[in-house]
Amino acid sequence: MLRQVEGSRAVADAVARCRPQVIAAYPISPQTHIVEALSDLVRTGELAPCEYLMVESEFGALSACIGASAAGARAYTATASQGLLFMAEAIPNASGLGLPVVMTVANRAIGAPINIWNDHSDAMSQRDAGWIQLFAESNQEAVDLHVQAFVLAERLSLPVMVCMDGFVLTHAVEEVDVPEQDVVDSLLPPFVPRQVLDPAAPVTIGAMVGPEAFTEVKYLAAVQQLRALEEIPVVAEEFTRATGRTSGGLVSRYRTDDAETVVVAMGSVLGSVKDVVDELREDGVRIGAVTVTCFRPWPTDEVREALAGVERVIVLNRAFSVGSGTMLGQDVRLTLTTRAPSPATVPAPATVVHDVVAGLGGRPVTRDSIRALVAAVLGGEVDPDRLHFLDLDRSLLEGEDLTPAAKDAR
Amino acid sequence: MTTDLKLYQIGTFAAGNRLLDPDERSVQADPGRANAITSGHRACQGCGEALGARFVLDAAIRAAGGDIVTANATGCLEVFSTPYPESAWQLAWVHSLFGNVAAVASGIAAALKAQGREHVRVVAQAGDGGTVDIGLGCLSGMFERNDDVLFVCYDNQGYMNTGVQRSGATPPAARTATTKPVGAEPGNVFGQGKDLPRIAMAHEIPYVATATVADLRDLERKVEKAMSMHGARYLHVLVPCPLGWASASQDTIRLARLATQSGLFPVFEAEHGVVTATTPIRQRVPVEDYLVLQGRFSHLFGEHGRPDVVARIQAGADHNIARYALAPDPEVVPHD
Amino acid sequence: MTEPELPFAITLGPGTSRADLTGSWRTERATYVTRQAPCGNACPAGEAVRDWLYDAEEGDAGYERAWRRIVEVNPFPAVMGRVCYHPCETSCNRGQLDESVGINSVERFLGDRALELGWPLPPVAAPSGRRVLVVGAGPAGLSAAYHLARLGHAVTVKEAEDRPGGMMRWGIPRYRLPRPVLDAEVQRILDLGVRLELGVRVDDLAATLAAEHFDAALVAIGAQIGKRAYIPAGSAAHVMDAVTVLHGLEAGERPLLGRRVAVYGGGNTAIDTARTARRLGAADALVVYRRTRDRMPAHESEVREAEEEGVRFRWLSTIGDVEEGAITVEQMELDDTGFPRPTGHTEVLAADSVVLALGQDSDLSLLAGLDQVDLRSGVVHTSPALMTGQPGVFAAGDVTTGERSVTVAIGHGRTAARHLDDWLSGLAPAPEPPAELAAFDMLNTWYYEDAPRSHRPRLELVRRQSTFEEVVEGLDADNALYEARRCMSCGTCFSCDNCVAVCPDNAVVSLGMPGSYAIDLDYCKGCGICVAECPCGAIEMVPEQI
Ligand SMILES: Cc1cc2nc3c(=O)[nH]c(=O)nc-3n(C[C@H](O)[C@H](O)[C@H](O)COP(=O)(O)OP(=O)(O)OC[C@H]3O[C@@H](n4cnc5c(N)ncnc54)[C@H](O)[C@@H]3O)c2cc1C
Ligand SMILES: Cc1ncc(C[n+]2csc(CCOP(=O)(O)OP(=O)(O)O)c2C)c(N)n1
Ligand code: SF4
Ligand SMILES: [Mg+2]
Repeated sequence: MLRQVEGSRAVADAVARCRPQVIAAYPISPQTHIVEALSDLVRTGELAPCEYLMVESEFGALSACIGASAAGARAYTATASQGLLFMAEAIPNASGLGLPVVMTVANRAIGAPINIWNDHSDAMSQRDAGWIQLFAESNQEAVDLHVQAFVLAERLSLPVMVCMDGFVLTHAVEEVDVPEQDVVDSLLPPFVPRQVLDPAAPVTIGAMVGPEAFTEVKYLAAVQQLRALEEIPVVAEEFTRATGRTSGGLVSRYRTDDAETVVVAMGSVLGSVKDVVDELREDGVRIGAVTVTCFRPWPTDEVREALAGVERVIVLNRAFSVGSGTMLGQDVRLTLTTRAPSPATVPAPATVVHDVVAGLGGRPVTRDSIRALVAAVLGGEVDPDRLHFLDLDRSLLEGEDLTPAAKDAR
Repeated sequence: MTTDLKLYQIGTFAAGNRLLDPDERSVQADPGRANAITSGHRACQGCGEALGARFVLDAAIRAAGGDIVTANATGCLEVFSTPYPESAWQLAWVHSLFGNVAAVASGIAAALKAQGREHVRVVAQAGDGGTVDIGLGCLSGMFERNDDVLFVCYDNQGYMNTGVQRSGATPPAARTATTKPVGAEPGNVFGQGKDLPRIAMAHEIPYVATATVADLRDLERKVEKAMSMHGARYLHVLVPCPLGWASASQDTIRLARLATQSGLFPVFEAEHGVVTATTPIRQRVPVEDYLVLQGRFSHLFGEHGRPDVVARIQAGADHNIARYALAPDPEVVPHD
Repeated sequence: MTEPELPFAITLGPGTSRADLTGSWRTERATYVTRQAPCGNACPAGEAVRDWLYDAEEGDAGYERAWRRIVEVNPFPAVMGRVCYHPCETSCNRGQLDESVGINSVERFLGDRALELGWPLPPVAAPSGRRVLVVGAGPAGLSAAYHLARLGHAVTVKEAEDRPGGMMRWGIPRYRLPRPVLDAEVQRILDLGVRLELGVRVDDLAATLAAEHFDAALVAIGAQIGKRAYIPAGSAAHVMDAVTVLHGLEAGERPLLGRRVAVYGGGNTAIDTARTARRLGAADALVVYRRTRDRMPAHESEVREAEEEGVRFRWLSTIGDVEEGAITVEQMELDDTGFPRPTGHTEVLAADSVVLALGQDSDLSLLAGLDQVDLRSGVVHTSPALMTGQPGVFAAGDVTTGERSVTVAIGHGRTAARHLDDWLSGLAPAPEPPAELAAFDMLNTWYYEDAPRSHRPRLELVRRQSTFEEVVEGLDADNALYEARRCMSCGTCFSCDNCVAVCPDNAVVSLGMPGSYAIDLDYCKGCGICVAECPCGAIEMVPEQI
């Protein structure tokens, strides 16, 4: 049923319908409304049986989820920014142990300087932690991805991070449909753990592994990640069949068919990007957009296919690796230099990739600035070999010594 | 006639006694004991921690009718028990990280509650580092929420697994890899250390107790008592470490005993923040008797010895004895 | 969940570490041992004291087992529980902890219980067809007769007196050894088929052996003649010797000692005589001894009891001269070697009689015909197997060299019987392997509860000064049990399971039977904790051959 609702509340409802048995969370903006709502649902008994643990830290939150999951319970947590970093040690631990915890990351910048607003630095910092990372473009998709996340996590015994833009999505009130309980139940059977703490059949979970087998353990993790690339479209397909709605998947294309220029991005910025695509198409610009929904594992083939034959790609990333490019940009670049597995896709003429940092710490990425960026790229004003900072306000930097980095950012 | 008859006084303090009914003997004397941590583990010869863990878990398993799951912090106990491909654990066991075991255990307890399997009981275990230092945040949270977990700290007074560095539970003057016996104040600094039993008591949790591997019956009784209760419970067990203490492997239990009999390690129980019982010292000894057996205190003795430092350590023991009323006259220390 | 489904490497099956045989780290191994407990080691009768205490600790059925263990060696537990000087207690390790175990009182309890309940001695073996003569029905002779009978030999005991018991009857006063107890324990031996001929003095052993066709003989005639020192005495002086006085009393005479009695000597006989004098009405019984109290051969407890009963002592004194109603005593002093030297200071004391308690000599005339028997210094010299120079003639008890006590005599009797049996069957005596002693520092006494000794109650003082009722009472069953359980079982496992508990590697396995454990060498890392924490010193570390 469609209803006007805040994104956080919708996500909380969706999570609740996934029947988590243990929720452990620690408040941090902009995640707070999600966990507050869940706390209500547990207290009122609407979500039962479920234990809500008011832990002392995010480290404790994810750790409690690890314990709960090892005990065979469906476990959920949510955080953002500093909180995600505070749990950092536990993040690869959950994935290393193969525990299907689902976590919402209400994406937010990381300090210093402390900043509560949206960007993707937090999630990007954990891209190598072995979690599946899904990015929601809208609140509807955020809701849908949470249901899919639990299904995926438990099928693959891997933890899943659902990323949704802080404030922009979490605090936005819009029309959202939260799948009904029976629909969710039909998609998500009760959790059957791969290994469980059971006194009747005791196992040792979390053994110490030395050089003799560590590589093999990690190789298996890599194999499992690739399995996720197969499973994610399957789950998305099942979801569509159950709800009639297309959501999730690995990547999605928007008007890319004859595009010479494609904007690649993740998250809510795609809304504005698509508007700009529409406007520029009116003007006859052959432009399209590609949404990366699944950032980890990286869908190499799907991205390559989506960008096949494109002359130039503009990657908008709301985070970057200081001293290098953006994480998304690097993955796109790398993808375009690799060969497709099947000879059907003939290697395209070299595609130029423009790597752009946009919307850090809550800076809005407006349609105007996107349009200006595309114009500058088409006009040859953007050096493709340099990292580009969108809407950099040089007036604020007057008097600062900008050499030698100045040449990077025009 | 001249004394009241105490029927089972031979070897009263030993694990078993053929004259007792089997159910009055210690769990360790039971041929069917669980051996929660079994043979083939890689602990050093004479490791007190390996011993303490088996004492505790076997008793917990008996008390819970076998329904136990365990979470273990990083540290010697975890490392020596689970090198791939072999595990010494015979019970359901999970290791996550160094500093999060209390939270992992809380999560397990919450899961069991949500699953309606509350008859399965949770025991968390950590070394002193994993308890008083890096694990304190999560542990304090577990205490404060009164989660249904028995948390056991195996206190060997240092970060042994990483090569014997100082922890917040390392005693004054002790030599560790980070508190060498050099400079004017050789060894670890004097201070109060983190007295975790008292910190635990400050949370007013249902049960706090200290024990050692030297008094098996007392330890088992405390585990049994803890298991009869619900909510957050804390057991602090002194487990001498031959490697870290530079002591002889056969002296492990002896050292634990001397720690209690010198007053350096007070043995007591507390409920809801109030001390309810103490184990009086039976054969009081000066702290020297305990210290001289350990290489980590060797700089205090011999030609360039530091009687002044020993006297300060003795003062600390006397303070414990007075605080917990462990001996009739806290001032008098026998010297033989 | 079965193992193959487990996630690779990070999740492992339970107890799989047993594949890792960490015993290979070891340089020393723990090994169970049995060490000799000091009590048994010190027992002249050869009792396995720790073993019978172990049985007694169980109470009830354990008591009979304990008693049976004692009578394997010593047929006189009730007597020994009263008169033994208990060197076992003197050497008991528990003495270094609090007080020695009251072994003697437990033995008496067991002995009395056996008499009360009529427990019979073990049956004798099938007849061997050999005949053995025992001369003297004192403890040595009766003990030997008992063991010889059990070995199947036909034993004849010839005793000069009209009743058996030797010094147990004619020396030790009734207030220490009631005669019904003695009679009952002697009768039990006779009931085994031992032939006792009373009132038969053997004057010529060689002749008797030849006449009656004995295959072997044991001389156990004790030392019946009181030693007389030369003391100048007036004609009216009343000087007697202790054994004569005590013998007379037992024979029904009432010795004329007078009101003031001086007893000369420092042994138990002197004390017994003085205490007897008090009971016979002497207002003043004075023991005169030439050394100091701590050098007195008499046992401290007897001296104490005598003092309680009003016996007086005069240390460092000799009797120089005896007149009617008076003695002259000279003050002595000890020289550097502890030997008493006269000082010349004398004093005259009132005394109606003087009783000499200076030791006894043996009448060895019966051996005159046996030239090979070495009789130097008035005693019979033997080999360690207690055989004299005359093949087939053995000697035991007070008549031989060495310490004189009922306990030694009983031990001798058994030893002589064993060797006599060997000799009869032509076997060479098998030497007993020396066992390592369980010294106090091999124990871990922490494990023993603080348990002060339970003392036997004593008869009220008034009755002790006027009657010959037994002074020291027995323990009740509770206290006997308690006392038995004070035993630390030095050197022998008592099934406390401590080793099983304290092994960090679970390498000590209980084999099910009490006291049976094994070290699993696959996992014993050789840490030595089990050895350090074994309460009774029954495990040791042995270096590995590497
Ligand atoms: C007063 C007194 C108190 C004592 N108190 C104790 C005590 O409390 N505890 C202790 O352990 N010891 C005590 N003793 C010592 C102990 O009694 C003797 O050491 C012990 O009895 C020696 O035993 P035996 O068999 O060698 O000799 P005896 O006991 O002397 O027995 C020898 C027997 O041989 C008989 N006999 C001798 N000659 C012949 C012969 N030719 N033919 C036939 N029979 C013969 C004698 O009549 C006698 O019955 C005491 C001794 C005395 C005198
Ligand atoms: C976050 C983190 N910091 C440091 C370490 C390194 N480390 C592993 S075990 C250990 C010390 C363990 O000490 P303690 O908890 O007392 O246990 P012990 O080994 O002494 O039994 C340290 C410092 C780690 N594993 N994780
Ligand atoms: S270092 Fe200490 S705690 Fe660690 S295994 Fe060795 S003895 Fe045990
Ligand atoms: Mg430690």
